[in-house]
Amino acid sequence: MAYVPVKGGEEAILNSLGMVAEERRGDPATPELTIAQIRQQQARAVDRVMAEGSLYDPDLAALALKQAQGDATEAAFLLRAYRTTLEQFATAPPLDTARMAIRRRISATYKDLPGGQVLGPSYDYTHRMLDFDLMQDGPRAPAARAGTPVDAHMPRVPDLVANEGFMEPALPPEGDPAPGDLTRQPLGFPAGRDTRLQNLARGDEGFLLGLAYSTQRGFGSNHPYAGEIRAGEVPVEVVPEELGFVIDIGEVTVTESQMITSIKGASGENPRFTRGYGLVFGHSERKAMSMALIDRALRADEFAEPRKYPAQDEEFVLYHSDNVESSGFVQHLKLPHYVDFQAELKMLREMRAERQEASQ
Amino acid sequence: MPMSAPSRRYNYGYLDEGTKRMVRRALLKAVAIPGYQVPFGSREMPIPYGWGTGGMQITASMITPADRLKVIDQGADDTTNAVNIRRFFARVADVQTTDKTSAATLIQTRHRIPEEPLTEDQVIVLQVPQPEPMRGLEPRETECRKIHAWGEYGLMHLKLYESVAQTGRITINHSYPVLVGGRYVMSPTPIPRFDNPKMTGMPALQLFGAGRERRIYAVPPYTEVKSLDFEDHPFTPQHFPDPCGLCGAVGVYQDEILLDDRGGKMFVCSDSDFCARRRAAGHKGPMAED
Repeated sequence: MAYVPVKGGEEAILNSLGMVAEERRGDPATPELTIAQIRQQQARAVDRVMAEGSLYDPDLAALALKQAQGDATEAAFLLRAYRTTLEQFATAPPLDTARMAIRRRISATYKDLPGGQVLGPSYDYTHRMLDFDLMQDGPRAPAARAGTPVDAHMPRVPDLVANEGFMEPALPPEGDPAPGDLTRQPLGFPAGRDTRLQNLARGDEGFLLGLAYSTQRGFGSNHPYAGEIRAGEVPVEVVPEELGFVIDIGEVTVTESQMITSIKGASGENPRFTRGYGLVFGHSERKAMSMALIDRALRADEFAEPRKYPAQDEEFVLYHSDNVESSGFVQHLKLPHYVDFQAELKMLREMRAERQEASQ
Repeated sequence: MPMSAPSRRYNYGYLDEGTKRMVRRALLKAVAIPGYQVPFGSREMPIPYGWGTGGMQITASMITPADRLKVIDQGADDTTNAVNIRRFFARVADVQTTDKTSAATLIQTRHRIPEEPLTEDQVIVLQVPQPEPMRGLEPRETECRKIHAWGEYGLMHLKLYESVAQTGRITINHSYPVLVGGRYVMSPTPIPRFDNPKMTGMPALQLFGAGRERRIYAVPPYTEVKSLDFEDHPFTPQHFPDPCGLCGAVGVYQDEILLDDRGGKMFVCSDSDFCARRRAAGHKGPMAED
């Protein structure tokens, strides 16, 4: 019996790519999606791709979603692989979220506060019943808005009470060093809070959500309050070296969350409130809140809290939060492994043969 | 293959020159400290993590148009991942590619070292899924770094000892740990332990890239690479009793090919180039076509 080895990997790959393109397009009789449609009408998906893709560009995120057939993780990967080729031409000073053009701002810790509660667009109070009207195109009624615009300067709730001394101040670390950048330097331990926050901001929403939930359900001991959640547009500024003054280069939509937890304080320390911080691109309260809960859990050492739970474990959280990394590694199992499988098979055969020999 | 239009929007070799310099610095450090895992600022590549991004970054940082690149996966040039990586470099680095081991200046590989001995003029780049040989015993990176710093490899010897005590043999078939230059315990990546002996004293430079874990390490030419073992349980590579069904080669690593559902099978060379060249030279195995 003769055996002829199979070849043709390259042709198969090219054909596979062709099939993807065909599937993506679907029935040619149906109009093709435009980037503008995705950007505007699938905006939360675009937000997620920008956050996890670590690149603020709604058009490219929409393109990535189109290219990936709506697969958010695949789209984030496309955006990351593009981002990594871009030049870093400037560093922006920190965003001032107090200057946010508020779409939405709520606090669970005060009934009313300066600037007021702004419900804004939210799924929170929708009834989750399928809206069959959306099955067809049709005119939609414009939304009503309050007669008075929200304040231009909207102080952050935890800052409002910080001067009373109950709230830990939000201050830069000593010397205000430049924050680390995970996309340029490998992760090291112990990771600073700057690095942790960057990791979480890029992290997978599902992973963060599950971990955050674990801290509430029993694998954690903090009882958090939603000090404030806000979403809206914030200006991005840079100070070009050759100019020496601030220029506004545009704005980004972000969601910020500050979660508040009381601690009794070690001996000699005042009991006080501590903060967990979350900030993500786009409008995603689920992720911003999850991030804030995990940030607080990871600060265990700062408050001499015992590290007992997964969400408090820096290596566990930071090494497994990135979906581009985890998706790649989980799925690399699809690659051929027959050389190593052969080695295992051979060993099992030999061990069985030895065992059989010994029993005879 | 000429560079297609979208490739021109990327730098030669895909990575920007600053990144290449960073990778090359890590490579130099790795060569200076054989077997030591050098952290590097691994970049996102256009293929997924776990599919060869570390090896690709090393290749991309070293490649020139004068190179001849060979890419293999499981020893074969025609496996899909090898085809895909070769296609990538043909596209972004305008490089000549080859299947012929002896003709290649740069060989990127996953899970195998070619059968044909490599020379001083060649560099072999191994794709690494998990650079940390101690990881299975100690999940924490912080602890593993200490283990290497102190050279405290007792845990690994204990693992090997327990394996011998329980099964009468060392049951590690691939990624078999080695001691490099008498100092660092290193994972040779998931090559079968059959390939371990090829590493010691190899004239070619051996480079290892782990993209997801952001580590680079190296075995410089003519460096001692010792597979860990015991005096009374010496290291043994795998041995295949039958000759290759196609080319008749013995003493090579083999793939098992299932021929039917009644137990019919044959063994052929895992190294597809080695096998093809032997057949071209007239060698014939028992299952070869006439």
